Amino acid sequence: MNKNSNTYTFLYATALVVVVATALSLTATGLKSRQQKNIEVEKKQNILLSVNKAGALDSVPDRNAYIEELYRRYIVEEYLVDADGHRKEGDAFAMNMKTQYDIIREINAAGVTDEEKLALRGKLSLPVFVCRNDDSTLKYIVPVYGLGLWGAIWGYVSLDDDFNTVYGAIFDHKGETPGLGAEIAFPKFFKQFEGKQLFKEGQFTSIRIVKGGAPAGDRHGVNAISGGTITSRGVEEMLKNCLTEYKPFFGQQERFKESKN
Amino acid sequence: MEAEKTGNNTGLFWKLFTAPLGKNNPITVLVLGICSALAVTVQLESALVMGLAVTIVTGFSSLIVSSLRATISPRIRIIVQLVVVATLVIIVDQVLRAYAYNASKQLSIFVGLIITNCIIMGRIEAFALANKPWLSLIDGIGNGLGYGIILVIVAFFRELFGSGTLMGYQIIPESWYIVNGGFYENNGLMILPPAALIVVGLIIWVQRSFYKV
Repeated sequence: MNKNSNTYTFLYATALVVVVATALSLTATGLKSRQQKNIEVEKKQNILLSVNKAGALDSVPDRNAYIEELYRRYIVEEYLVDADGHRKEGDAFAMNMKTQYDIIREINAAGVTDEEKLALRGKLSLPVFVCRNDDSTLKYIVPVYGLGLWGAIWGYVSLDDDFNTVYGAIFDHKGETPGLGAEIAFPKFFKQFEGKQLFKEGQFTSIRIVKGGAPAGDRHGVNAISGGTITSRGVEEMLKNCLTEYKPFFGQQERFKESKN
Repeated sequence: MEAEKTGNNTGLFWKLFTAPLGKNNPITVLVLGICSALAVTVQLESALVMGLAVTIVTGFSSLIVSSLRATISPRIRIIVQLVVVATLVIIVDQVLRAYAYNASKQLSIFVGLIITNCIIMGRIEAFALANKPWLSLIDGIGNGLGYGIILVIVAFFRELFGSGTLMGYQIIPESWYIVNGGFYENNGLMILPPAALIVVGLIIWVQRSFYKV
């Protein structure tokens, strides 16, 4: 057959596409469950890291099984809350914080009336994870999500049961500049959040990321990353925007009322 | 390259395999595939995974295209080559996501971008279309490894001087650092892409004076 003929070219292209499509769909289907498992375990690991668990994994032979085991042991409850802080039906673990962030961003957009804000807040389903430590104190973990310089940044913040003091935090990012913005994913940055407070004399202040360094002993601020100004600002915005929506939930907790901050 | 005309087979295989590692290196001599060499050489681990992934793709795409070379319609030659390369790249990406999740996260889009790596199309056009499948496989693997070696050398220097670590393990003693009262500080430039250009440039210099090109 003439290799330059139209018929040959069309038949060749068709056959090639069929073979390639089969090979690709077989690979994708075959590996799908394993890939999803990896994503799920990564989320569990991040949740655990925010309460200072699952840190040293180098000596663990089966990481996935180990993380699953820790998650079962420490995370005793996971649930969704609405904008008034009441519990809501739904799967908290499967809830993607990005969808909530999209709503939160609309709420904070310029020119949104109070009525619209109310309607938007009605759509919120915010995940809460509860960790019971070995000394049986409870820690509450909330996810946060926002924008850095090049793309999404996200993380988990764990709070003591006064819903004011930060117990731990962890951040990750899609593609911040290595050595600059990407430093938010390293302990040197996120360990600073331990012991910081979200409320100052009863007022929600969130945590400031201070360029040039927070004063020593500042309970509401941490040091920004030098050279990572926009990412640092992104973290500050992310904490403020996301935690603001959790405020009603914090306010309803007994220990929060007792401590009166 | 008229490889098939040389007589001794083992000698030829060896020559095809080793030439791209040294005097015909795709990065330092042919200056192909520079783009990803800048992007994935901040850490040794990602450079290793990337080198391996590219080796697999160059090897098998050369093998497949060479096996098909008698049947490919000349009018869609480049498209057929691209389809073969793209398929292999997607398979590698999927496998990494399933079995080397952390590495695939670090490499992110650069695995997908292997498709645009000039070395692969370069070897297919220059070698696989004119030579037998076996020879093409060896040539592809050789060139992939030649790329990988440079990546690893560059990443070695960038990770060591930029982060003070190798494969994630601290090499430069913590006590040397200024923050801990020492005299040393990591070189921030090494983490940024220009450092890769500088290191590749130095390697090219060393290599050219060695081979007297």
